[in-house]
Amino acid sequence: MNMAATTPLGPAGDGPALDLYGRPDWRRRAAYFAGWGSCLIAVALVAIPIVWLLWGVIARAVPVWRWSVLTESTTATGGGLANEIVGTLLIVAGVAILAGTIGILSGIYLAEYAKGAIGTLLRSASEVLAGIPSIVLGYVGYIALVIALYWQYSLAAALIVLSALTVPYIAKATEAALRQVPTPYREGADALGMSPLRSLGRITIKAALPGITTGLLVALAISVGETAPLLYTAGFTNSLPTLHLTHAPVGYLTYAVWTFYNSPFKGQQDLSFDAALILVVLVLVFIVASRLVVGLTQRNTEKN
Amino acid sequence: MTLTTPDQVPVDTMGGRPRNSLQRVWRWFTQETAALRGITALAAIVPLAALVAILAVLAFKAAPALRYNGFGFLTRTDWRPGSTYANAVKTDGVLHPVGALYGALPLIVGTLASSAIAVLFAVPVSIGAALAVVEKLPPRISNGVGIFMEVLAGIPSVVFGLWGILTFGPWLSRDIDPIFANHFPDVPVLSFFRGYVPDGEGLLSAGLVLGVMIIPIVAATTRDLLRQVPRLPKEGALALGMNDFEMARKVSLPWIRAGIIGASVLGLARALGETIAVAMVSGSALATMPVNIFGTFGTIASTIVQQLDGSLGDGTGFELRTLAEFSLVLAVITLAANVGARLLVRRVAGTALPVGRGV
Repeated sequence: MNMAATTPLGPAGDGPALDLYGRPDWRRRAAYFAGWGSCLIAVALVAIPIVWLLWGVIARAVPVWRWSVLTESTTATGGGLANEIVGTLLIVAGVAILAGTIGILSGIYLAEYAKGAIGTLLRSASEVLAGIPSIVLGYVGYIALVIALYWQYSLAAALIVLSALTVPYIAKATEAALRQVPTPYREGADALGMSPLRSLGRITIKAALPGITTGLLVALAISVGETAPLLYTAGFTNSLPTLHLTHAPVGYLTYAVWTFYNSPFKGQQDLSFDAALILVVLVLVFIVASRLVVGLTQRNTEKN
Repeated sequence: MTLTTPDQVPVDTMGGRPRNSLQRVWRWFTQETAALRGITALAAIVPLAALVAILAVLAFKAAPALRYNGFGFLTRTDWRPGSTYANAVKTDGVLHPVGALYGALPLIVGTLASSAIAVLFAVPVSIGAALAVVEKLPPRISNGVGIFMEVLAGIPSVVFGLWGILTFGPWLSRDIDPIFANHFPDVPVLSFFRGYVPDGEGLLSAGLVLGVMIIPIVAATTRDLLRQVPRLPKEGALALGMNDFEMARKVSLPWIRAGIIGASVLGLARALGETIAVAMVSGSALATMPVNIFGTFGTIASTIVQQLDGSLGDGTGFELRTLAEFSLVLAVITLAANVGARLLVRRVAGTALPVGRGV
């Protein structure tokens, strides 16, 4: 914030420090510079790991990059990542449909109807679910879906576990976005005689769309990057995924990073770095997309 | 010109009598609140149902292991799968291989220690960065830092693990750790910081990688709380002649103290449950405590992901049940941290914490 004001004793706020007689107060000045100095170091400590990490991935992946990585499937000693890329996209699409539907509907309920104790209960359950470690979800998915229901390693098991992980994010984002829609919008829709569904679909959801989309993109970015819940639900396969929901394992990018980096074969080690690069690029795409959504839609909305 | 009275308004809610049952159902669906309410309520119950189902499956699966391992589970340091060649035996009605005995102490210690290092690193850095972003830096740079944190929050944990084990860990253990490990005095407590340094993996590397991973959630929450500090007390501080650092330290920070504690505990909960990155950087010790702060170790989460495959070799399924018990312990620890943080912040600051990863 910018609140520099000039006082009789010199500039307040922005300047280091003066004593009552307008002379520099060295102790306060030292605290000022030490304080903001360490805050700037903290900013650097946030920035350095990201740059280092991105550089580490790029420096390892780019020298060994072949474009055929995108078109070939993985083999026992190398090959490409086509099956993992298709599998990841398949999983993301499935999560978008399953978790997207449940999450958005759930967010609508929380924003429009859930009042009092029931609302608190449902919201807390959602928050608590988001706090459960993903490996625990993966373990439960393995026990309940892969073994007990005998689905084996499969797309359906992976989608259900990932949806349990991501529904809370989508629901929370939807609820927050719906709550920010100004009340006169709804009242206007009611006054025109619109039915509840039409009012929701034509007015409220439209106004809340940027927030909902951002939440959905966060959830999709999470499902691109998760490993632990997928290892024992989606399994892994070297071949391209089929569209079978059960009894067919699916390959995905994070598995390639997790397993191949200490493979004895140079070809597979390279795949590990390539997969990490593709993952980072995908995440950046999601971030840029959500920024674009917010930016484009905010340009035309009224400020209130 | 036709005048329309209210009851002649051609609105589709009054489109005449429904002609058939299909139309009746459609009209009920589109025009009654009950339909919308019912369908969305069904979806809203899903998280609650999932939560109950998860805990029920864990409890059901872990019950025999709980009975056999007993309370000593929490204090033992064993990891003995038992003999898979001898015939399985039954103790208290629980089928298990001969000599099977599991203890969680090293993994609980590893989980808590690595998360503690993470929090000790991430919290000061996050507070400093949030203060600079909100109170000092120009908006353009603040936005840049915001994007950095968003990227940091989005990077998959497996990529953090790859960076930790191939780049950061080796640098730390070759260039930095020996300085401490060779020069700390060999006296109680301090001797924990000296001794053998493994190459790239271990408690300190994993803790710092975890610290970097939880920075976004702590920093973003702190930043949002700082932005909610009202303007008047801050202006009052300036009017008293404070400079902007004194204002930030003596007005803004105390104002959001509870929120910072809540954000830190939220970060802690995330560090406790983090799996893949720790599994790659920890060195995967099973039944041994870390010998020093550089030593290899294991956490509950990383052990579950690494032992699940192997546990299938236990024909009695006892190791799988023990992993369920581990999952239960981990779920209880993280849930306690999560719920505690949220209650604290809601009670004191009146705002809600973000779900999960922040940003």
